[in-house]
Amino acid sequence: MAASQKGWTTNVAVLERAYKQYQGPQSPLWSRFLIIPRHAYRDVFRSKIFMAFFALSFIWPLVCAILIYLHHNVEAIAVLKINVRALLPIDAGFFQTYVIVQGTIGFFLAMLVGPQQVSRDLTNNALPLYLCRPFTRSEYVVGKMSVVVILLSAITWAPGLILFLLQSYLEGWSWFADNIWIASAIFLGSLVWIVLLALMSQAISAWVKWRLAARAALLGVFFIPTIFAEVINGIFQTRWGHIFDLRALIGNVWSGLFGTFVRQTGDIEEFRNGRVVRQVIMSEPPLWASWFMLFLICAFCLWLLSRKVRAYEVVK
Amino acid sequence: MTDSAAAVTNPQANSGSSGVITLDNLSVSFGRRPILKNLRGELRGRAIGLLGPNGAGKTTLIHTLLGFHPPTSGTARIFDRDIRGDAAQIKSLIGYMPERDSFIAKMSCVHFVRFMAELSGLPPSAALERAHEALFFVGLGEARYRNLDTFSLGMKQLAKLAQAIVHGPRLIFLDEPTNGLDPPARQRMIKMIRDIRDSGQANIVLSSHLLRDVEECCEEILILKDGRLVVYCNLEEERKANKKFLMLETRGDLKEFVTAVNALGCECAVTSDHRLKIILQAGAEIRDIYRLAAESQVQIRRLTYKRDSLEDIFLKAMENGSQAGDAPLLGS
Repeated sequence: MAASQKGWTTNVAVLERAYKQYQGPQSPLWSRFLIIPRHAYRDVFRSKIFMAFFALSFIWPLVCAILIYLHHNVEAIAVLKINVRALLPIDAGFFQTYVIVQGTIGFFLAMLVGPQQVSRDLTNNALPLYLCRPFTRSEYVVGKMSVVVILLSAITWAPGLILFLLQSYLEGWSWFADNIWIASAIFLGSLVWIVLLALMSQAISAWVKWRLAARAALLGVFFIPTIFAEVINGIFQTRWGHIFDLRALIGNVWSGLFGTFVRQTGDIEEFRNGRVVRQVIMSEPPLWASWFMLFLICAFCLWLLSRKVRAYEVVK
Repeated sequence: MTDSAAAVTNPQANSGSSGVITLDNLSVSFGRRPILKNLRGELRGRAIGLLGPNGAGKTTLIHTLLGFHPPTSGTARIFDRDIRGDAAQIKSLIGYMPERDSFIAKMSCVHFVRFMAELSGLPPSAALERAHEALFFVGLGEARYRNLDTFSLGMKQLAKLAQAIVHGPRLIFLDEPTNGLDPPARQRMIKMIRDIRDSGQANIVLSSHLLRDVEECCEEILILKDGRLVVYCNLEEERKANKKFLMLETRGDLKEFVTAVNALGCECAVTSDHRLKIILQAGAEIRDIYRLAAESQVQIRRLTYKRDSLEDIFLKAMENGSQAGDAPLLGS
């Protein structure tokens, strides 16, 4: 054996395989609900359908950004030979249209991502594992909602505010100061829609365990009341049926935030012998009724979640 | 080993002068249906067995201590913390292995255990490290990157154990840990439970209807029947006491041998031809009996302990279900 090898020692790694307590630092309590979305996104972003849809959802913000740019680029206007400013003014209506389009896209995104969040845990009896830890039911619900809220925020109010800031930058400080309320309308309008979608998708997910059925239920919740509302409106010659129509409710809220809400939408006149014998004024429900109904729906969804999100179901 | 000696030799497992779990007239009802009725007691052992027939309330007791069900009346304390007021603190000290299949779908085993560790408050890097350690400890090291959906029943049980211990809790609730395991897997699970117990780093509450599992792992047992505590028994004390009672089968003249045993201070009775019962006194050991037998030229053909097995204790408890809170201490 060579002399250099005689003093040769090898350090062998020894795995400690004994039980020991953890003595290290703890993560902050307030941030623990974010553990759920962080881990959920590993699964969500693995889906190619979702990734494609998520990428496509940025097309409309891109189009809006181009339109805003065209408004302020004299050379581009000259080349296009159309008056973009007159054709498509950048005002509250422009941003309201943006919120409506992105809100619709957000609905389909919530339909893709939302229904499996709670149903999988209930199917696999995972709730006891969450709730035996220093993790409350509220944190669980907020964590699950965050999966949808963060994704939808990324395609709604976040790019919307960027568009607003782009317009402000190109238009000048006075435009920004005069129209700052539009930014709050973008944020608040998107947030209301996001919270509503998140709550509804989680509540449906908690009660309908099969994912496809949950997606169908979410679709149904939006379209079936619309039909029901129109039937009521037609029978009673009114617009109050819209308090059952989620699309009308959120539309009214958005209109109210962007200052385009019009209460009276028309009238019906009944003629006899050339004289008006009856006139029915068609009015939308007042704005506060739309806000109140949305609040009721959110409260109902929270109640549904509280019934299902438990460690164990107790038979009394 | 007495209770106080157990507390001294395992200071990390059982801190302070109070017990690990203290039941203070704890009652739980679901609607009008009483499930647990006035449970009282103080549990101090390293490993506590919870026994009872089906529907006795074992799982409900565990769930109440975990905070899943609020007590209807009374309370309980874990490491001196009240389950009503300090639930969050208690949950940071305990781990739970549920009886039923419990996992999160579409996750690999290491991801699942890491996720559970993070929910228990470990930072992400520490959670990942501990997840790997816990999985190697339970024997799932090679399979840790596989999806939980592909695991066999035995592997899922091990994964459940791993998530229960990954954050290093001081008290671990194991609800039917050997459910569905074949004999070799059962042996491994029992060995792991004993290893955790003997490490002195955690106390264990083992709920099972399998007496053998409890007998092999636990020092104290609670037997529940119809929601009442019918027996509390310290198995260590029971085992020591029973070692005093000997039954011998011999060959040879017993006269001199009996005299010598009596002179040692032990009680001795000849039950039949060549059969003896001896009660050892303090200071006397079995080797003394062998020495005396050799000196008296008596062959000891068989020596057994008269021992109340856990099965005897359990069956007696089922026959004689006692009043609430008045659980007799067996052996007294």
